[in-house]
Amino acid sequence: MTTLTAARPEAAIDRTGGAGRRRALIAGLVAALGVVAILCLLSMAVGARPIPIASVWEALFHYDPANTDHLVIVELRLPRTILGVLVGAALGLAGAVMQGVTRNPLADPGILGVNSGAALFVVFAITFVGADSILSYVWFAFAGAALAAVVVYSIASLGRDGATPVKLALAGAALTALFSAVTTAFLLLNQATFDQFRFWQVGALAGRDLAVVGQIAPFLVIGTVLSLCLGRVLNTLSLGEDVARGLGANLKISRGLATVAVVILCGAATAAAGPIGFIGLTIPHIARLITGPDYRWSLPYSMLLAPILLLSADIIGRVIARPGEVQVAIVTAAIGAPVFIALVRRRKLAEL
Amino acid sequence: MTATLAPTGLGAATVRGNRLQLRRRVTLVSGALVIGLVVMFGLSMAIGDFPISLGEVLASLTGRGEAATDFIVLELRLPRVLTGMVVGICFGLSGAIFQSMMRNPLASPDIIGITHGASASAVIAILMLGLSGFMVSLFAFVGALLAAILMYALSWRQGVAGYRLVLVGIGVAAVLTSVINYLMTRADVLDAQGALLWLTGSLNGATTAKMVPLLALVAVLVPLTLLAGVWLSGLQLGDDAAMSLGVRVERSRLLLILFGVGLASVATAAAGPIGFVAFVSGPIARRLTQGTGIALVPAGLVGALVVCVADFAGQHLLPVSLPVGVLTAAVGAPYLLYLLIVSNRIGSGG
Repeated sequence: MTTLTAARPEAAIDRTGGAGRRRALIAGLVAALGVVAILCLLSMAVGARPIPIASVWEALFHYDPANTDHLVIVELRLPRTILGVLVGAALGLAGAVMQGVTRNPLADPGILGVNSGAALFVVFAITFVGADSILSYVWFAFAGAALAAVVVYSIASLGRDGATPVKLALAGAALTALFSAVTTAFLLLNQATFDQFRFWQVGALAGRDLAVVGQIAPFLVIGTVLSLCLGRVLNTLSLGEDVARGLGANLKISRGLATVAVVILCGAATAAAGPIGFIGLTIPHIARLITGPDYRWSLPYSMLLAPILLLSADIIGRVIARPGEVQVAIVTAAIGAPVFIALVRRRKLAEL
Repeated sequence: MTATLAPTGLGAATVRGNRLQLRRRVTLVSGALVIGLVVMFGLSMAIGDFPISLGEVLASLTGRGEAATDFIVLELRLPRVLTGMVVGICFGLSGAIFQSMMRNPLASPDIIGITHGASASAVIAILMLGLSGFMVSLFAFVGALLAAILMYALSWRQGVAGYRLVLVGIGVAAVLTSVINYLMTRADVLDAQGALLWLTGSLNGATTAKMVPLLALVAVLVPLTLLAGVWLSGLQLGDDAAMSLGVRVERSRLLLILFGVGLASVATAAAGPIGFVAFVSGPIARRLTQGTGIALVPAGLVGALVVCVADFAGQHLLPVSLPVGVLTAAVGAPYLLYLLIVSNRIGSGG
C-alpha cells in the first residue's frame, strides 16, 4: 500500500528551475541596484567641472551653500541624476508592460501615441500660450500624452473583441501619424516655434531642476507601483485571450490597468525629459534574455536595467563633447543600439 | 483504382469558384483604384494657380499645345503628379511586402531603418555639405542601401529568421535617428527647417531630371516585385510549410527584402520618407479586397492614390500650402481608424 507523502507541492511543479534560479535572479537584481547606485555617484561627480567623490558625499550630507562644488552638485547634478533614475525606470517598465499587453515585441510605449500627443501639446503651448521653459511644458506634455492614449484605447476597444493587441497597435500608429502630421505642419509654418521645439524634441536630462522632478515624481511612483503589481496579470495575458479568459482573467480590466500604468509612466517621463525613444523598446528584450518570459521577473529587471543605460548615456554625453554636452537621447541610442544588436545576434530571443 | 491528386467533383468546383470570386474582386478593386488615379491625374494637371482645361492638358501631353501651357504642364505639373504616383506605388508595395514577410502589422520600411538611412544621408547632405536637389536624392538613395546592407549583414546568422532582422533594423534606425537629431539641433534654424521639410516628405522638388531615373528604376523593380510576390503567400505559412511547398525560403526572403528595400529606397530618395503610406496601404488594400491574402497590386495602387490625394489637398484645398508628407497621415490615418472601427474581422496580419 502506498501513501502519497505530502511533499511541498511546488517541488512537483518545478517551473522556474527551482530555488537556485530564483536566488540567481534575486542576486542579479541586487547587483543591478548596486550598479545604479554607483552610476548615481559617478553622475554627480563627472561633468564639465570634475568633482571628487568625497565632495559629493559632503554635499549631500553637509550641504554648504557657499561652496561652489556643493552648489553644482545639489542644484544641477542631483536633479539630473534623480531624473535619470526615475525616467529610466519609468520608460523601461512602460516598455515591458506595453509589450506584454500588445503581445508584440515591436511595441514600445510610444505606440499608444504618448510621445506624439506630448509633442503636439508642447507645440501648442509654445505657439499659443507662449510657454518657454521646461516647467511650463510639463503639464501640457502630460495632458497631450494622456489624451492621445485615451483616444487610442477608446478607438481600439470599439467592436466586439475590445482592445486586442493588433487593434491597439494599428490605432496607436494611425493616431501617432496624425498627431505628428499636425505637429510638423505647425513646425514648418512657424519658425520661432520650430526653433524652440527642436531642442525639446531631443530628450535630455539637463536643464531640469528639482521643481520639475517634484512635479512628476508622484506620478512615476504611482505608475511604478501599479506596473510592478501587474506581473501576474501580464503572465496570464501572454497565454492568449482564450486561455486567459478560461483562467478567469478579466481582459478588459487587465488591459485597462496596464494601459493606465503605461500612460502614467510614459506620459510623466516624456513630460519631464522630452521624448526618449529606444529604451522602452529594447530594454525589455534584454531583460527577457536574462529572466525568460516571466513578467514577475522581467518587470523589475527592466526597471533597473533602463536607468543603468540612461545614466551611463548621460555621463558619457557630458564627457565626450566638453565643455558642451550631447543630449542623453542621442547617446542612449548611440551606445544602446550596438549593445542591443550584439545581444540580438548572440542569443536566441526569448519569445513573449 | 488510383486516387487522383487533382481536386475533382463538387469540392473542386467550390474552390475554383471561390478563387475566381476573389480574383474578380481584386480586379474590380484594382480597376476602381486605377479610375480614381486617372481622375486625380486630370484634376492635378488642370487645377492650379493657372487653371488649364483638360483639352489643353491633353494637347500639351501629345505635343500639340502652346509653349506657355506646355511649360506648366510638362515641366511643373507632370513631374510632380507622376513622381507622386510612382512614389506611392513604391511605398505601397514595399510596405505590403514587409508586413507580409514579418507577419506583423507594425512592420514597414520605416520601422526597420531603411528610410532612416535615407533620411540621415539626406540630412548630412543638406546640413553638413550644403547640397540640394538631385544630389540630396542621390545621397538618400545610397544611404538607404547602406543601411539595408548593414542591417542584413548584422542580422545574418545562417539565414535571417524571425525577429532578428526587425530588431537589428530597429537598432540601426535608432542610431540613425540620433544622428539626425544631433544635426538638427546643431544647425542654423533656417537650414534645419529646410531639412525638416525634406524629412517630412515633399514633392516640391520634383523635376523632369529627377523623374527620369526614378521611372527607369521603378520600371525594373515593380514587375520583378510582382513576380516575386507569388512567394509571399507561401512564406506567410511559416518557414517549414513553405519549404514543404517548394518555396526556397532563404532565397525568396532575400529577394523579397531586396525588392522591398529597393522600392522604399528609390521612393524615399525621390520624395523623402513619406512613411505612413508604406504602413497603411497594405491594410487598406486588404480590407478593400476582403481577402486574407496579400493584395500587392491593390496595395501599390492605394499607395499611389493616397499620395496623389494628399498632395492635391496640400496644394489646393488648404489655406496654406503643406507638403505631401503632412497630409498622407491626415488622409490615411482617419481612413485606417475608420476601417478599424467598422471591421470586425481583424486577422493576425492586421
